[in-house]
Amino acid sequence: MNSADRTVVSFERVSKSFGTKAVLHDVSFQVAAGEALCILGRSGTGKSVTLKLIIALLRPDAGKIWIEQDEISTLRPEDLSRVRRKMGFLFQDAALFDSITLYENLALPLLRLTTKSQQEIDSSVDKVLRQVGLAADKKTMPSELSGGMRKRAGLARALVLEPKILLADEPSSGLDRITASEIDELLLQQKAERQTTVIVVTHDVHGARRVGDRFAVFDKGHLVAHGTAPEVENSDNETARQLLTLPC
Amino acid sequence: MTKVLEFIGKVSLFGFQVVAGLFRSPFEAAQLGRQLAEIGSQSVPLIVASGFALGAVMTLHTRSTLVTFGAAAEIPTVQSLAFFVEIGPLVAGLLLAGRVGSGIGAVLANMRVTEQIDGIESLSIDSFKFLVVPRVVACVIAMPLLTLFMDFSGLVAGFAAEYAASGISFHLYITRAFASLDWPNFIPPTLKTAVFGFLIGTVSAYFGYTTNEGARGVGKAATNSVVLSSLLIIVSDVVLVKCIAFAFPGTAL
Repeated sequence: MNSADRTVVSFERVSKSFGTKAVLHDVSFQVAAGEALCILGRSGTGKSVTLKLIIALLRPDAGKIWIEQDEISTLRPEDLSRVRRKMGFLFQDAALFDSITLYENLALPLLRLTTKSQQEIDSSVDKVLRQVGLAADKKTMPSELSGGMRKRAGLARALVLEPKILLADEPSSGLDRITASEIDELLLQQKAERQTTVIVVTHDVHGARRVGDRFAVFDKGHLVAHGTAPEVENSDNETARQLLTLPC
Repeated sequence: MTKVLEFIGKVSLFGFQVVAGLFRSPFEAAQLGRQLAEIGSQSVPLIVASGFALGAVMTLHTRSTLVTFGAAAEIPTVQSLAFFVEIGPLVAGLLLAGRVGSGIGAVLANMRVTEQIDGIESLSIDSFKFLVVPRVVACVIAMPLLTLFMDFSGLVAGFAAEYAASGISFHLYITRAFASLDWPNFIPPTLKTAVFGFLIGTVSAYFGYTTNEGARGVGKAATNSVVLSSLLIIVSDVVLVKCIAFAFPGTAL
């Protein structure tokens, strides 16, 4: 690793393009263990791509991405699997496996990736479902859940393997203020109780201010500001200042 | 032309990855069982109903011609040879391409569009092994079995049509039907459908798994899966019939 010991995620001059469309240009930042980083920016500025690069669903065209001691852009699939187990990903639309029940969605990674007994798996699933308030819905199919419930179910799946790093893509999109606030509360709870590193991509400045310790602002694929709320509010970049000072 | 070659290369590579995936653990037995039920047993009603209809129609058509030439006794033989050697395998393949090919293409494409495949990958589960390999293997296993259902349904319907016309006994019909049917006329044509199954599974999974066009891609994946796998079944049938005739010279009708 090339920086402080507590750094768990590090981007070093990362660039990513899709065909001729450049999405990220020369992006570098670091996230410390137990920290909550909120990534802000307009639509199409490479925020979600950044999350997918962290969990290696996408590979960078240039630059290096470190997860703790591993540089993941060149890892073999079996090593990548080991690194991914440190992370949980809450997708924008939850991305639950829609042909199986909520319980099976949560039990699947435990069955596949751990040596837990059936009883231990049941207990882990029950625990995380209680945590997100869906204990009564474990036999429900994902299609029968409301938007907010799906989001909480997605969060439950992201948490079931007790990840060190939690990635959340637009956790409050499409939700009313109260439900969005409940999701933010769950993220904060996870961070406080398990010292989980949280990286959130969001358009919700109000939620970001609640959850985030630090903020990264993207504009046209460039990281234009990075730091605490006061640092971003006083940055030279107008987009960054505007984004963080928008009325909630 | 370059694009066509590139496409053929990509699909072939995808097929090789499926074969390679068969020999890597985990072996996804539960997923295979689920897919066998979905692809195999749920296709039985369609296959049996089509077999009955085709069997009856075939007897109705051939009967008048064979009676004209005084060869009415050959009706069961013609029926069984036609079904076991060609009609059963080919029609079962095309029906499965329609029912299962479009299903695999649409389901996988929908999973790609709704990020379910990314979700599986994010859980450190190999989505290719989990979703693609079991589907292709299920097609390979189910196809010969469904072909047998088609063959015997056609034969039973042929008997029913012939019984209605001439009152032939079931015992006599079956005796005549199997009198000229040697093992080489039965085993290789049935087993060749495993190749059809591989083509259906691979092509459909390729279109679904690799789609990147959002909701529009789901429809496109389903359509392309059916069109290309049907075409490949017909083309490969020509090659396989030639290979079987070469390996078993006595099988040609």
